[in-house]
Amino acid sequence: MSQVCGLLPVLDQGEDHEYEMSEYEGARARWCPGCGDHSVLTAVQRLLAAEQLAPEQTMMVSGIGCSSRLPHYMKTYGFHGLHGRALPVATGIKLHRPELAVFVTTGDGDCTSIGAGHWVHALRYNMDMTVMLLDNNIYGLTKNQTSPTTPVGFKSNTSPYGGILPPLNPIEVALGVTNASFVAQTAEWVPAHLYATLRAAYHHKGFSFVRVLQRCPVFTPAIFQDAVKDPSRIIMMVHDDGVVTPELDKVYTSQVHHDPSDLAAARAMAEQTDRIHLGVFYKNSSKPRYEELRRVTPRTPAERVQLLEKEFARYAV
Amino acid sequence: MPAATSAATAAPAPPKVLRVSEHTIEIVSDSGEGAQKCGQIFGAVSAKMGNGVWTVELIPAEIQPPPRVPEGASGNRIRVGEHAVTNWGDRTHLVIAFNEQVLLARHRVDALADDAVLLVEDKWARSDDADIVEAWNAAMKELSGKHYRIIPVAMEDECLTIVDNPKKGKNMYALGLLARIYGRDMELIKQQIAHAFRKKSEEVYNQNVALLELGFHWAEDNIDFRVEIPTHPAETPLVVMNGNEAVGMGAIASGMELCAMYPITPATSVSHYLSEVFEKFGGMVHQAEDEIAAAGVAIGASYAGKVAFTITSGPGMALKTEMLGLAVMTETPLVLVNVQRGGPSTGLPTKVEQSDMLAAVFGQTGDSPHIVMAPATIEECFHVMITARRLAETFRTLVMVLTDANLATGVTPFPKPTLDEAWQAAPLDLSPVRDGQKAYDWNKETGLSERIIPGRPGGMFTLTGLSHDDRSKVAYSSDIHQHSSAMRSRKIAVLSSLLKPPAVYGADKGDLLVVGWGSTKGAIEEAVDRARAEGLKVSSMHCRFLSPLEPGLREIFARFKKVMTVEINYSDEMGDPYVTEENRRRGQLSLLLRNATLVDVDCWGRVPGEPLRPMSILEAIRGRLPRGGAA
Repeated sequence: MSQVCGLLPVLDQGEDHEYEMSEYEGARARWCPGCGDHSVLTAVQRLLAAEQLAPEQTMMVSGIGCSSRLPHYMKTYGFHGLHGRALPVATGIKLHRPELAVFVTTGDGDCTSIGAGHWVHALRYNMDMTVMLLDNNIYGLTKNQTSPTTPVGFKSNTSPYGGILPPLNPIEVALGVTNASFVAQTAEWVPAHLYATLRAAYHHKGFSFVRVLQRCPVFTPAIFQDAVKDPSRIIMMVHDDGVVTPELDKVYTSQVHHDPSDLAAARAMAEQTDRIHLGVFYKNSSKPRYEELRRVTPRTPAERVQLLEKEFARYAV
Repeated sequence: MPAATSAATAAPAPPKVLRVSEHTIEIVSDSGEGAQKCGQIFGAVSAKMGNGVWTVELIPAEIQPPPRVPEGASGNRIRVGEHAVTNWGDRTHLVIAFNEQVLLARHRVDALADDAVLLVEDKWARSDDADIVEAWNAAMKELSGKHYRIIPVAMEDECLTIVDNPKKGKNMYALGLLARIYGRDMELIKQQIAHAFRKKSEEVYNQNVALLELGFHWAEDNIDFRVEIPTHPAETPLVVMNGNEAVGMGAIASGMELCAMYPITPATSVSHYLSEVFEKFGGMVHQAEDEIAAAGVAIGASYAGKVAFTITSGPGMALKTEMLGLAVMTETPLVLVNVQRGGPSTGLPTKVEQSDMLAAVFGQTGDSPHIVMAPATIEECFHVMITARRLAETFRTLVMVLTDANLATGVTPFPKPTLDEAWQAAPLDLSPVRDGQKAYDWNKETGLSERIIPGRPGGMFTLTGLSHDDRSKVAYSSDIHQHSSAMRSRKIAVLSSLLKPPAVYGADKGDLLVVGWGSTKGAIEEAVDRARAEGLKVSSMHCRFLSPLEPGLREIFARFKKVMTVEINYSDEMGDPYVTEENRRRGQLSLLLRNATLVDVDCWGRVPGEPLRPMSILEAIRGRLPRGGAA
């Protein structure tokens, strides 16, 4: 499957070409002004430039929703597929072309509702990709319907008297899945932390799941307003093996030293929803990765024919 | 013949020899008693000896149905002929049954010839359990209505002289009986046993051979007849396999490297086979979390490089529907194999039907032009995969392959394919794209375009399931959707222009043309042969492509007074209450043909959960052709 790795042509940009952030810019973003998706787009472009990823070796995969428009605004390869189904497509791409850098953008409806089954299994496959859940607690593109992460009491077009079920906590879910290897949370209004978290996620070999807390300026402008206005409502999880943002230390003074290898502590913190935790909840680089487990020896057409002749001999009359 | 004779005699007379051109044999048991292994080996050895063979599995719907119930009947049906056998035939001539209840099951579905010979384990007649004895007696009474010849055999008592657990050995004993009756080559059988138990110890092999010989000798001493079917050893090398194995091997031969699937009967055995061997060929089977994900993974892999495939059955195809539309819309090549079973809903999971054609051709939302093919034989199950991969790549679209449970589980020999490296996908082209090359450089005449895969410098674009222009930019103007729809549709017309008209089997004109598709070809042609022998002016034709249909149909149909499809799907019969010419629900192929040709194509369909018997098709032909031919 992965025989292409050795056959890659020399990149046409040459080895000494330095990619600028602008070289990753695709079509002009059409999200609403003030949408958190813009912050994520910028952070991703900044990350790609920092890592000098060749645009043609980079894949942006998405499903359907506001967040899933992101690939169109990048100048890499993109796959803007079906609602909830970005992860299976990304799985197929990574299985067949493990050398590509794969990023997935998804939303709270796309990931935790219609695509929830794929999400759980993708965490377990633990393939090397960076998955960003852009969670604004609402369906935006279809105009204001309750999502699994919408707060109780929040009024939407489908819950005009207010949401009634406790919201799903995507971090708790992710930490509960066997073989999950990287679970982090960041926020769109803290760009330095957003960038640092995506960078840590990209550097992790495995399925890096990052929930990005976002406000939808049209339907949920107030959801994280308390935390935006009052940084003390945010607890920064800090650790050398997690996310370190010294430039934010003066603003975000509530910090907790959390070792991301401690799953029990990570789960305990994920349950505390009275305050918002940002940083890496869990990280474990030793978890098996599906694309590694499934690596096969490539065959040439001639080898395949030869082997198939042998196979036919087993079925010979 | 007497209804119940004891074959045990002190000094056997030389057996009577029946010389026949074909015979159909069944071995039936409770699930898990090994009848299928016995039948498979008997079929394989018969093929090796130079007989035509068609083997089908008789499968109960449950894994472990209760013992001694008719619903649990499990086993094999083997039709052995002097010449090539193309279908499972009509009724069975000889049965070995491990209990009388599974035998009753076969009797009740009218599977047995009126004068069939039935070799039955008779320990049940001697049971201490009064209920079992009563059940045995009731069964014998029910069976006595026909002219069957019932031969009781104390199989278990015999086997217990060699093994402790008779449940484990009876199948080899039964194989010995068959070997003697049909004069099968014992050395070949031993080779097959060695192969079948290759993962077990030599002791297991020796014990099975001892049981085989025990059965053989018992038959030699006690069975007063033998059956001779002339053999004609093949001049060219043959291979023998079922349709699902053929699909798997065809996929390998096509150079595809990824099969993404979710378990579903009766498609799963393709992935069982591939899971065992695919990695050796540089490929892999990905068992996805659900049917939708299986299609998604295949699409992702195809998009990123070589064409991938997914394999499913009716309910799974329904779940994949949105993904199939995505493949069509994004012009991502994808091969989907649907091994059809009875439907709708969960339907008949283990049994054959041809009811998914309309769902396959028309079942996607929006306008979703794609290719649908249907192999007609097990040999074609191999070759169709090579064609499907190539068409998917060339036409940048979804290619569906419709097989069915009859092809999937039928086993028959066919000439060993001469492999060709050119069947395989080319290595990935990762060179920089041409200056100005677009994501969809549609040729305005043909709609064809070269696809760009990730990794190609300068080609970056975002594939989208939204309506898009030739640069894959989301369409916001009114003319783009019209144009892109035309481009996707045009490809189907282009393929149609490249296909040949189907061949007519029999005379090229006459009173009735029977048209079929998929696994029914052998049975239809056998029925046509018999009808022609009766003087009826009948021919047949088989559709290999369902979207697009092969060209020239109107011209072919014009040469016949009447055209009728024969299909394993439900259709109303004229004369049924409330059914009129206008509201009649017709066979699925007949609807396609009527639409394409404006010919008043009649249909005859049955959904018995088993392959059509040539006899039933012959009766349908006779029914449509009253004396004096078509009106």
